[in-house]
Amino acid sequence: MRAERYLSRLASSIPPSGIRKFFDLVAEMDDAISLGVGEPDFPTPWNARDAAVKSIQKGYTRYTSNAGLPELRKAAAAYFRERFDLGYDPADEILITVGASEAIDLCFRAILDPGDEVLIPQPSYVSYAPNVTLCGGKPVPVECFERDDFKVRPENLERAVTEKTKAVLLPYPNNPTGAVMEREALEALVPVIQRHDLLAVSDEIYCELTYGSPHVSIASLPGMRERTLVINGFSKAFSMTGWRVGLLAAPREFLKVILKIHQYVIMCAPSMGQYAALEALKSGLRDNFAEVARMRAQYDMRRRFMVKSLNDMGLHCFEPRGAFYVFPSVESLGMDGEAFADALLREQKVAVVPGSAFGESGRHFVRMSYAYSMRSLDEAVARISEFVSRHRADGKASRRP
Amino acid sequence: MTAFKKQILEILVHEDCRYSPEKIATLLGAEAADVRAAVSELEREGVVVKYAAVVNPEKREEDFVDALIEVKVTPQKALGFDAIAEEIYQFPEVKSVYLMSGGYDLCVMIEGRTLREVANFVSEKLSVMDTVISTATHFILKTYKKDGIILEEGEQAKRIAVQP
Repeated sequence: MRAERYLSRLASSIPPSGIRKFFDLVAEMDDAISLGVGEPDFPTPWNARDAAVKSIQKGYTRYTSNAGLPELRKAAAAYFRERFDLGYDPADEILITVGASEAIDLCFRAILDPGDEVLIPQPSYVSYAPNVTLCGGKPVPVECFERDDFKVRPENLERAVTEKTKAVLLPYPNNPTGAVMEREALEALVPVIQRHDLLAVSDEIYCELTYGSPHVSIASLPGMRERTLVINGFSKAFSMTGWRVGLLAAPREFLKVILKIHQYVIMCAPSMGQYAALEALKSGLRDNFAEVARMRAQYDMRRRFMVKSLNDMGLHCFEPRGAFYVFPSVESLGMDGEAFADALLREQKVAVVPGSAFGESGRHFVRMSYAYSMRSLDEAVARISEFVSRHRADGKASRRP
Repeated sequence: MTAFKKQILEILVHEDCRYSPEKIATLLGAEAADVRAAVSELEREGVVVKYAAVVNPEKREEDFVDALIEVKVTPQKALGFDAIAEEIYQFPEVKSVYLMSGGYDLCVMIEGRTLREVANFVSEKLSVMDTVISTATHFILKTYKKDGIILEEGEQAKRIAVQP
């Protein structure tokens, strides 16, 4: 039986994830240090875990309403209002999804017809482009550069717009670069978005993890609420990756259609995850998100440590202002990210992710996560430093006549 | 105490007390000179009294006995519990002494090489004190977690090594 005969051309056309190879290699080593994760190292706050256990004990283990527990949507509305000055009606403008991943998928399914184009700033998370493709749309990468602090520039956005462009994806704070878009940077995009009558799909999953100025949602800018779909969730800020609970907020005309898809495809997000998320939000709203602040302070220390250590060893590293990644350039070693990641893993047993996994413009970079204890980061930095000096020495030796 | 000193203390206590002022400065986005000054002050003020290693007793591979002794005492007029505590903490085998609320008054932690040594301490030095009414000695059998570090090498929650 030839599976190719049956598999859809669309599904088959999607390239496999660029990180798979590294995953397989690391899995074979027992003393490897990985800086490859995309999730927090902190356990889910205890009260959220406890709330989930209680919900199971009480037998709250049935389908919830399609849109999610009403109390959770209400808490989410309060959260959006309090943290980001966003007003959404919990009755019909907020949806609880299976992680931000489902929210991304739903947004594209709801807005794309075959041939529609979506502008995707890159480097960025690996799933946007395949998601667009699966909806019959066409992902159009918009390259972002280190000289612009990896922000997307209005003129680059403008240049990529065609008559088929329907939406622009905004992945900030950004995985893998750690870039953020402050208010002014977002404001500069608004005229382009409005002039071409585009939608903004804003993935704000790392919104709680910014170092410096608090996150600004593009939906909070004048005239943008009506044309923005906001994706958010609990995974990063509340250390709740495995629970799979995300948020999608949008004007009701959009959410109506999005909810229809969600209801046919997913039914509802898992109940225990929703109860855990509810507790996380409720306690956060009570104590001004002290737990999140505590974790953020830890990330911030590690961020400073990583940036300084990498720059000190001669790997030029942009100062990230969000998420929990550093994105150093490895060009000075005469390697691209792929070669660097490969050699680093084989020689020093440190796993990092090549920047090319996140788009062509990430080719000369690697992504290192600092969602690790300082002890692990200390060890990783020592190993990377050894690697860098060895390869710098090699490079010098080979250049000699 | 200033917020800056609190942050430094947090790193020294919970991260690693061997971190250099330069490294602490990096973590906090501060100047190394300021960190150095703050640490000296913490030491001078007696906030930081010692930099010590946290040891896993299960792996020391030598014989020793840790014990916790509950001590009931008669507080002395004008001096209260402090004078008694002072008398007790003079003994070199005593590692820590705490004044407690609840069912007894002083909690005395001691370390001896053998059970006999601990027993001798209790019967010959502690119990014979005039102010001591009674003692209850508890031997520590196993240490699971110490100073925030889980010592058990059991199954820990793991993350997938490489993720998007």
